[in-house]
Amino acid sequence: MSAPRRTAQDYSQRELLIATIADLLDGIRHVAVGASSPIPAAGAMLLRARNELHGREPVRISILGSQAHNFFTNGGVEVFDCAAQGRIDAFFLGGGQIDGQANINLVGTGDYPHTDVRWPGCFGSAFLYFLVPRVILFREEHSPRVLVDKVDYISAPGTSEGVARSGGPYALLTGMALFSFDPAHKRFALRSVHRGATMAEVRANTGFDYDTPAEPPHTPAPDAETLAILRGRVTQELAETYPQFAEILRSAQAAA
Amino acid sequence: MAEIVPLKELAAQVRSGMRVAVPADYCGVAMAATAAIIAQRPENLHLVCVPITGMQGDMLIGEGLVGVLETSAVTLGEAGGAPRFLDGVRAGAFRLMDATCPAVHSGLIAAQKGVPFLPIRGIVGSDLLKTRTDWQIIANPFAENDPIVVVPAIHPDIALFHAPEADRFGNVRIGRRRELATMAYASKATLVTVERISETSLLHDEDSAAGVLPALYIDRIAVAPRGAWPIGLWSEYPADTAEIARYAAMARTPEGFAAYMDGFTRRLAEAA
Repeated sequence: MSAPRRTAQDYSQRELLIATIADLLDGIRHVAVGASSPIPAAGAMLLRARNELHGREPVRISILGSQAHNFFTNGGVEVFDCAAQGRIDAFFLGGGQIDGQANINLVGTGDYPHTDVRWPGCFGSAFLYFLVPRVILFREEHSPRVLVDKVDYISAPGTSEGVARSGGPYALLTGMALFSFDPAHKRFALRSVHRGATMAEVRANTGFDYDTPAEPPHTPAPDAETLAILRGRVTQELAETYPQFAEILRSAQAAA
Repeated sequence: MAEIVPLKELAAQVRSGMRVAVPADYCGVAMAATAAIIAQRPENLHLVCVPITGMQGDMLIGEGLVGVLETSAVTLGEAGGAPRFLDGVRAGAFRLMDATCPAVHSGLIAAQKGVPFLPIRGIVGSDLLKTRTDWQIIANPFAENDPIVVVPAIHPDIALFHAPEADRFGNVRIGRRRELATMAYASKATLVTVERISETSLLHDEDSAAGVLPALYIDRIAVAPRGAWPIGLWSEYPADTAEIARYAAMARTPEGFAAYMDGFTRRLAEAA
């Protein structure tokens, strides 16, 4: 960083999440983003713009399902082949349920297959979780029904033994806090708490046990430069693929 | 070899009990053909979604025509969950073969190559393996201590999709949507609807030929202008998101779904 980090006065929750994602992606060369993931896509675009500005390594972004931000020419299978070849450094996964061992459930709750609540399905998670080194688990809702002790269905396991695996969970980001994951101990650790939330609230809304430092810091606020890039170039770039989301960002900025 | 026929005749190729491969929304979904198929009511279809589906799969489920659903996800995208699918899962209305995207591609690629199975990384430890008993773990024969999943070849009876154009010789432009080629290679018969038919061969120069699926793999072609509506078609038109949202809201109940379907063919014709 060339300029000292200055804390801006005002930022939205969304802007904090986007800036945090850009920080989590720091150092990667190629990140893939799912079709309906505007906040992760914004984080990736922010990192790309910031690296460009500071003459750092260029960042390649593949947004699945987008025409403008998708350079693949070999059909839907190419992103998976690309990951298997080790050419994708980071990816995002969510889940209706995420448990304390970073297992994720994209299928539903209750007894499979006649689940009480059914979600769309596993998508590519059972593959990409194994092959992308830096998988960021992202879910805005931070509640005991999402962050559970044990998932009802394992779409993709957080850790594996005796199986070839070059990827896995790197961090868990919610609307309330940021956790890191330790695969050796199969446990999350609280890394920071977002502005407006407390450690006790995080504990009360998390259904699994995790490690915590005596006094976890606040998630760093986006600095002025970051906010300027985010509100300018990134919002513009987002509009191509996520017109509705870009509009929401714009109106929030206008109101601020 | 590819024959250019009326839409109704193309739809008649889909018969009860067949395994039908359909692409995801970003590849060109044959919605006009789907309405024509629904009119002919083939039953107990085994739908292979490559690798996911949306409104098309949800409609076929809602009409009670799906006996087996093989898919990595069903979603209406920004419009939310697929209501007839969700209801069908609760009711056990079809046999569910949950998958993961690259495993569907691998199964089709195995069929493309004429081999019985393909190995694929990942998946071990996922609950998918508990119900996908057709997927197995084998020992890598070329290395020690390397268990790996194998998925069997997927051989659809029919591949069905919508593309911007065909030429009068039956060659179809698929651009970089290469999974459409994989679907066709793997299937016994391929049915394609197109926006238009061109008089000059798409194979006439190398630039255009690179994105073409040759007539060799295609059985029937029908012209269906705006044939993907309300889903979009790459390089042609965007999705009609208001219409998809309308479907998502109405299809929440069987009655609402029936009411939506009642006027669907007419609105397809109006959209064209």
